[in-house]
Amino acid sequence: MSLTASTSPTRRSFRPLKGMRPTVLIGLLLIAAYVLMALFAPLVAPVDPAKTNLVNRLAPPAWAGGTMEHVLGTDQLGRDVLSRLVYGARIALLVGLAGVVLAALIGVTLGLVSGYFGGWVDTLVMRLVDTLMSVPNILLYLTALGVFGPSLLTLCLVIGFINWTSFARIVRGEVLTVRQREYVEASRASGQFSWKILTKHILPNVMGPVLVVVTLNIASIIILEASLSFLGLGVQPPAVTWGRMLAEGRNYLATAWWLATFPGVAISMLVLGLIFVGDWVRDRLDPRAR
Amino acid sequence: MVPALFGITLLVFLLVRVSGDPVVLLLPEDATQAQIDQLRTHLGLDKPVWEQYVIYVSQLVQGDFGLSFRYSNRPVLPLVLERLPATLELAAAAMVIAILISFPAGLVSALKKNRWPDTSATLLATLGEAMPNFWLGIMLILLFSVNLQWLPVSGREGWQNLVLPALALGASSAALLTRLMRTSLLEVLSQDYIRTAHAKGIRRRVVVLKHAVRNASISYLTVLGMQFAALMAGAVVTEQVFAWPGVGLLAVQAINSRDMAVVQAVVIVVAVIVMVANLLVDLLYTLVDPRIQYT
Repeated sequence: MSLTASTSPTRRSFRPLKGMRPTVLIGLLLIAAYVLMALFAPLVAPVDPAKTNLVNRLAPPAWAGGTMEHVLGTDQLGRDVLSRLVYGARIALLVGLAGVVLAALIGVTLGLVSGYFGGWVDTLVMRLVDTLMSVPNILLYLTALGVFGPSLLTLCLVIGFINWTSFARIVRGEVLTVRQREYVEASRASGQFSWKILTKHILPNVMGPVLVVVTLNIASIIILEASLSFLGLGVQPPAVTWGRMLAEGRNYLATAWWLATFPGVAISMLVLGLIFVGDWVRDRLDPRAR
Repeated sequence: MVPALFGITLLVFLLVRVSGDPVVLLLPEDATQAQIDQLRTHLGLDKPVWEQYVIYVSQLVQGDFGLSFRYSNRPVLPLVLERLPATLELAAAAMVIAILISFPAGLVSALKKNRWPDTSATLLATLGEAMPNFWLGIMLILLFSVNLQWLPVSGREGWQNLVLPALALGASSAALLTRLMRTSLLEVLSQDYIRTAHAKGIRRRVVVLKHAVRNASISYLTVLGMQFAALMAGAVVTEQVFAWPGVGLLAVQAINSRDMAVVQAVVIVVAVIVMVANLLVDLLYTLVDPRIQYT
């Protein structure tokens, strides 16, 4: 056994391009397209997404009798559907990222502390996890957003504060196994501080599983954000959300099928890309899942 | 189960406390300070928060979930309970659909591994997981109600009303369970005892159905049980799409009108149901797998 015990032996190598499936490439391209679209929305969108044109209401997509001016048609206020979809990517990705980062921060911290120190801290954290997992979370999101009022900030905060449980559980589990390893015992015996052991030796070892949860979690947060906006509790107008577009489009199903169709396609494609990449990350980083 | 239930009541209680002074919502704007104080004492809001919580829980235990001010001061619990059958019916129908799709699809997928039935099933399953259920619901309405006019758009009258919401809600569970059935069956099929069974000359059909499927269904059952919670959650949104009169529709209406007693009751009632469902799944294990015993 090597004497440089502080380099963690379980850290896995990450070689991105080896054995990549076609679905992964599709997934990465999809995600890249959405990210670029969100970043450069003003350049990508053909017109201002908020610009109404009551003369040209409910215009169909270009191939269904519409014009190339509004490729995906216009909505009930004459706003360009394509431009709104492009701007909708901003909220979806922003909430997805911010939500997952906050959830991961809370979950990883609590998981580390809970697994490493054990005792009443562990009991308390795990009780909290059990509680949050015992009730369908959408009800907690609805209640919390009803209480604090829906906005971009509250949405991200609420998602972070409810969604951290899977991170805490997985990190705690990892910590419990890593804690027994010789290199952790060695550093504890050599008198290192707890927080230093935690951040220097244990944290790097749990990053793999955390990354797996992160990638798969973003997808579910994006669906969640869409659901909440659909229910009217997401980010409020004038911000454009795919969920609200769907809710409004639902009222025009008989006359303007495109309104409720394209936002759903936008959500599904993004989520599909995230699932493709997430599955691949899991297969590469999590030895237990195949 | 009991600590989690206490956790939920505490969480809900605190959330609603943060939401603002109910007295302000209940009284007209020109109420005098004396009236405000009187109502506050009447509602027990002048007591310390921990005491309010103790009172709240002891009332819950007695089935007193408070009054709804939107539904003309009706007690909240019956209000929620009378909406419950609709949600349970929707979730159960969705689960039946998920099982009917995922069990055979996962089976065929595993037996024809990497051939076209497997590839197409896996692709469909991935698509099913990527689509938000409420959007699928809208698309089903577009196809079957608006264009083909085969099924009604919304409401809850006959079985025809149930088809589309159950399909929309069950799809993502079906997708997940198909993938799960496939993996667990493949795992079982690679076990030694399956090879032994083959070596003994038992017919393939018997090996698969009697030996493999039964063992694979243990993990299938576990996830099926967890899917019940997911279906209850999904129902909240699906009910909005189809105007299905369940607890989800009630909860969203209550939140929009700040009828917090109703919201609290929905959260707690649904939590209890999900917990009971999980308990039942645990008991089911012992039937499927005699190796598991609870002492």
